[in-house]
Amino acid sequence: MNFLYNPWPWYVVGPLIGLTVPLLLLLGNKKLGVSSTLRQICAACLPIATRAQVLTYDWKKDSWNLFFVFGILIGGFLGGIVFTNPAAVAISSSTVEFLKSQGLNDPKGLMPAELFNWSSLVSLKGSLLMIAGGFLVGFGTRYAQGCTSGHGILGLSALQWPSLLATASFFFGGILFSKFILPLILAL
Amino acid sequence: MKNLKYALVGIFFGFVLTKGEAISWYRIQEMFRFEGFQMFGIFMTAIPTGALSLFIIRRSNLRTAEGNPITMPVKKYHHGVIFGSLIFGFGWALTGACPGPLYAQIGAGYLVTIVTLSAAIFGTWCFEYFQNYFPD
Repeated sequence: MNFLYNPWPWYVVGPLIGLTVPLLLLLGNKKLGVSSTLRQICAACLPIATRAQVLTYDWKKDSWNLFFVFGILIGGFLGGIVFTNPAAVAISSSTVEFLKSQGLNDPKGLMPAELFNWSSLVSLKGSLLMIAGGFLVGFGTRYAQGCTSGHGILGLSALQWPSLLATASFFFGGILFSKFILPLILAL
Repeated sequence: MKNLKYALVGIFFGFVLTKGEAISWYRIQEMFRFEGFQMFGIFMTAIPTGALSLFIIRRSNLRTAEGNPITMPVKKYHHGVIFGSLIFGFGWALTGACPGPLYAQIGAGYLVTIVTLSAAIFGTWCFEYFQNYFPD
């Protein structure tokens, strides 16, 4: 049963992720996509008065995706806690060296606990990473009408050229911020 | 309860993402710095798998389990595809998580990601509320 605890290589993970596309289609003509659930939560949880006009749609009709992301959370629990990998993420030594040069410790677990924790939320560094970062993710994916799953996996699988533009753009944005902005934030 | 099956697909998806370490902040930095192959390998095998499945579904005129027709995903161009995606990319590099992994990280015990997810929900609300001010 070791394989349940160990991390899986890309050639196992990639095809399994790709198979989610036909699985959802065959089960009920559902299109893989996660960022739409952020909108769903707005529509479902906000009182009418604070909803934007576009958020007054019948969210219950698409509630399948709320079940889907609840499942993702459970999947994370199974993969990250029940069958937790005892070792840290084995990222390349050059990335480790870079992060060390930015004052971070050796990787432990899946995320650097020294950056992502409750008390760092009140610091400029932590709030930029989590609050501003999260805001950009939610704002950007809605503006783009899709994220890594909807554009990157589903859209590209369906050979949709706007998804190619989207994927190229979010990689470009990520490369820019990872290279130029992240070091500034880590230096705070 | 017809939606329960999608929770099962979600469990599968979330488990695979976690085991592939695609929910790891470290892996995302490694990817954006082009210093490792894991994430690129995942994309480069997931997309052809999805494409081949769509081809088979279309070719054999497969229907859903309930016998309904399957429609192919269509993504229309609008300027948000570029501007929004850039903004999302900025956030992805900081949080180390796109929307799917946000949920998986919470499940994997990184509970502070609840804040990141809430910020993302607020970001979505802001776009919806102020979208007329942005070029579509």
